Amino acid sequence: MNIPLSISEVQNDLVQKKYSCVNLVEHYLSEINTQNKTLNAFLTVTDEYAYTKAKELDRVITDNPHAIKEFPLLGMVVSIKDIYLTKGIRTTAASKVLESFVPQYSSTVVERLESAGAIIIGKTNCDAWAHGASGENSDFGATKNPWNTEFVPGGSSSGSAVSVASGLSFASMGTDTGGSIRLPASFTNVVGFKPTYGVVPRYGVISMASSLDSMGHFTKTVEDSEKIFAVTRGVDGRDSTVVNHSYKAVSPTQKFRIGMPKEYFAKGLSPEIEQKVRAAAQEFEKMGIELVEVSLPHTKYAISVYYIVQPAEVSSNLGRFDGIRFGNNRDSFGEEAKRRIMLGTYVLSSGYYDAYYGKAMKVRSLVIKDFDDAFSSVDAILAPVSPSLPFKIGEKSDDPLQMYLADIYTVAANLAGIPGLALPAGFSESGLPIGFQLLGKRFSEPTLFELGKKYQAVTDWHTKKPS
Amino acid sequence: MALSHDEVLHLAKLSKLTLSSEEVLHFADQLTPVVDYFRELNEIDTSNVPETSQTTGLVDVLRTDEVDASWVLSQEEALSQALKTHNGYFVVPAIFTRTS
Repeated sequence: MNIPLSISEVQNDLVQKKYSCVNLVEHYLSEINTQNKTLNAFLTVTDEYAYTKAKELDRVITDNPHAIKEFPLLGMVVSIKDIYLTKGIRTTAASKVLESFVPQYSSTVVERLESAGAIIIGKTNCDAWAHGASGENSDFGATKNPWNTEFVPGGSSSGSAVSVASGLSFASMGTDTGGSIRLPASFTNVVGFKPTYGVVPRYGVISMASSLDSMGHFTKTVEDSEKIFAVTRGVDGRDSTVVNHSYKAVSPTQKFRIGMPKEYFAKGLSPEIEQKVRAAAQEFEKMGIELVEVSLPHTKYAISVYYIVQPAEVSSNLGRFDGIRFGNNRDSFGEEAKRRIMLGTYVLSSGYYDAYYGKAMKVRSLVIKDFDDAFSSVDAILAPVSPSLPFKIGEKSDDPLQMYLADIYTVAANLAGIPGLALPAGFSESGLPIGFQLLGKRFSEPTLFELGKKYQAVTDWHTKKPS
Repeated sequence: MALSHDEVLHLAKLSKLTLSSEEVLHFADQLTPVVDYFRELNEIDTSNVPETSQTTGLVDVLRTDEVDASWVLSQEEALSQALKTHNGYFVVPAIFTRTS
C-alpha cells in the first residue's frame, strides 16, 4: 500500500473509498510488525484501540458528508511519545519507574488529536524522562536510526522521529525541551516542529523542565505540521502558562528576510553540514528572499545556561516520583535521571545557588535579548540543528559532557521560548540525513510554516525514505 | 573544582536517591567536568541584568474556584495505580517509630 505524503491526499483517498481507515491501521501495524524489532521505536502498540477508532471513523466518512471539515485530522495515524499520558494505555516515560503505569486521564494534546479524528497506533520510545540527545537513555533499549542502524536517531523523541521516517505512523507527537524534536528530525530526515512556549498545553505530559517543555510533532510535510498545530494549540484551562494567541495568516506578497547567525556557522560545525545548510539557504535566496548575517553573541553560553536551568527544574519535577500513589520507587531511576537530579540539586543547593542557578537565569536574559535584537531586522533565522552528523550508538554514552554539547544549536530557542521548525536538507556522503532549522520570534509560527512550505515546494529531500 | 565523594553522597541524600559506592565514584568523575564547564558563565558581566525564570510574561493566572466534575477522579481511579492501598487510602512508608 502506497500512502501519500500529505494528510489532505490521504483524506481524498478515504472519501473516494480507495482505502479505509481500517486499511490504514492494518498497513501501519504490518510495518511496525516487520520493522520494530530492528528499530525499537515503539514501547506499546495499541492495535485493538486503533482498530476500534478506525472503524468508528470509517462510519463517520460514510455517514457524514462534512467529515473532513469537522475532523481536520481524520484518518491521520499517529504515534505518541511515551511521555504523553494516554488514558487506559500504559505510559512509561521510557523509565522503569513507570513501567506498569496506566494513566487515569489523557493529556490535552492527546484528547485534541483524537477529537480531530487522529488514530493512535502506539506509544514511542524515547530517552527516559526525555533526558538525552540520542535515544540511548531509554530504560527499554536504544532506538536505531533507520538510515543506518549502527547510528543513533537523535533524542530525546527518538521513537517518534523514527516512526515517521520509517513509515510506522503517519505523524508523531514529541516534546522539545532543549532540541528533542528538532535534533531527531534532522537525524532521520523528517519535519520537526517546536512551538512557541506557552501555546500548546503541557497538561498531562510528564514534566521535564517546566519553563522549557514544548509540545510539538513530526511529519513529512510542513503543510501537515501546520494542520496538527492548528489542533493542538490554545488555552485548555489546565496549563496556566498557555495563552490564546490570535494567529494571522501570512500575506502571500509578504517580503521576507532571513538571518544567518554567524555564531552557528563557526568552528565546530561539520563542513558537510555547513555546505548543506548553506545550500538550503540558497534555495530561499533563489526565491528572492534576502539573506543577511546576524549575530547571537551569547550562543556559546546557552549550553551552560541550559544545563543549569534544565536539571534544576528536572530535580524538582522528578521529586514527585515516590512510588506511593503510582509507579515504582526511586531505586528504579536510570543513570541519566539520577545524574540530572543530582546536578539540579547541586546548582540549587545552599552556597551554590547564586553562582549557578542565579547566574544562569541572568545569562538566560542575555540569550533572549540576542534573539530580540536579531528579530528586529529579520523575519526568521536559519541555522544548522546539530554541529555533527548522527553518531554511532555507544560513542558518547560514557561522556555526559560530550552528549550535552550535541544540543548546542537547539537549546537557545527553548531558553527564549521561541518556535523552531527543522527541515530535511539532504544527506552526508555516508548517507546520513542532515537538517536545518528556522527559528522565529514568539508566535511567528505562520512565518516559519510559510517559509517551510516554500522550501519544500522546491526541494524533494522530505520525500526520500530509508531503504 | 572536583566534586568530592562526600558531596555526591550529600546530593544523593537531598535527592532521596540511594547510590552504590561504585555509582558515587562514577558520578563524582562525570559531574566534575560538567560543573567545571559552567564556569565559562563567569566571563559575562551580569551585574545589571535581570533574571529570567519564564518566557511568557504571565503573572498570577487565576481561575474561578469551581469543581469541574468531568475532571475529578473517583476514589477507585485515584487508587488504581498504587502498589499498596488500605481501606480506600494510599499506604505510605512509616515515618515515626514506636519507642515503648
